[in-house]
Amino acid sequence: MTKFFSGLMRLRRGPWEMVATILIAVGVFMLMQPFVLWAFTYSFIVTLIGTVMFIIVSHFPE
Amino acid sequence: MSDRTIDRVAQATPVRVARKIRGLSDRAIAWIFISPTIFLLLAINIFPLIWTIQLSFTNYKANRIGREVKDVGLRNYERILTDTDTWLNMQATAHFLFWTIFFQVLIGFTLAWLINKKFKGNDLWTTIIVLPMMLSPAVVGNFWKFLYQPQIGLFNYIVSWFTGKEPSSFEMLGSVTLAPWAIVIVDTWMWTPFVMLICLAGLRSIPDYIYEAAEIDRASKLRQFFTITIPMVLPFLMLAVLFRGIENFKMFDLVVQLTGGGPGSVTELTSINLKREAFEKWRTGYASAYAIILFVTVFGLASIYVKALNKVKQR
Repeated sequence: MTKFFSGLMRLRRGPWEMVATILIAVGVFMLMQPFVLWAFTYSFIVTLIGTVMFIIVSHFPE
Repeated sequence: MSDRTIDRVAQATPVRVARKIRGLSDRAIAWIFISPTIFLLLAINIFPLIWTIQLSFTNYKANRIGREVKDVGLRNYERILTDTDTWLNMQATAHFLFWTIFFQVLIGFTLAWLINKKFKGNDLWTTIIVLPMMLSPAVVGNFWKFLYQPQIGLFNYIVSWFTGKEPSSFEMLGSVTLAPWAIVIVDTWMWTPFVMLICLAGLRSIPDYIYEAAEIDRASKLRQFFTITIPMVLPFLMLAVLFRGIENFKMFDLVVQLTGGGPGSVTELTSINLKREAFEKWRTGYASAYAIILFVTVFGLASIYVKALNKVKQR
């Protein structure tokens, strides 16, 4: 866990990609869940942030 | 190519052309070679994407060319993401995605595990199992439509043989509760072999000496399965799940052939709904925004897919 946070602080690719992946997965879940409409409404912005973040952080050093 | 051939080709090049080529750097020649591809990529992929993004902020209708196009800002996105019908379509897609992936992984992995055991006729069985994957989705959709016929369909007769129900007492494609499962069954039948092939590649990549070492340590078959087989096949399984997830998110042809989105809109997946908005209702701006939402979702999933693929490559 400490390694993960220190990776985030030092702008390392692995942990940041993990954050972006989680955001995308949460966004896709929010888009397709049958429980609450507000989650569907905000799903696109979450997925978009995750995807853009993924593109940016994939250029970070390992 | 031998030196003599190269000399002959060089001598055959007209002097003017040869002089021009000699003046170019390697980098310039490389650009000349790749420029047609870059041009095609820009014309076919990048330009339509940018144009779609631009259209998604307007009220443009493709069937009314002379009509004034107004900038509506984020209204199209707002309408899509607060529309309960679109939400229901997403749920239909989610139902289709979840159950197809669940059954395909379960059956695909089991088949791969069985095929991986060396037995007589192993290759023949692999070929037979893989056959559905090679058919066109339109053909598969059409012949499953016949199989699902309540009067003459083989599927209904098989179900009636097991359950004792009358074959004509239920309609797979006409019932609101059964139709979503009907499309799941067909997609599972068609694409399970694909998951099986990926799992088989994973199973065959596990070296025998790991199992031998486990045998020496007196690990049970069940323990070997959960501590060796599953963890080592997991990246391959993940790859199969992501690949099928992306493909089924865009599913169109098979479902259109089977149900056309009906009955009502219970099997109207997002891609079918998008096609209706764009080419039946001609709400091009709205459909563009819809397409961008789906594009970002698929692009996000594809990013994860590439990451998983790199992990598998590293093994």
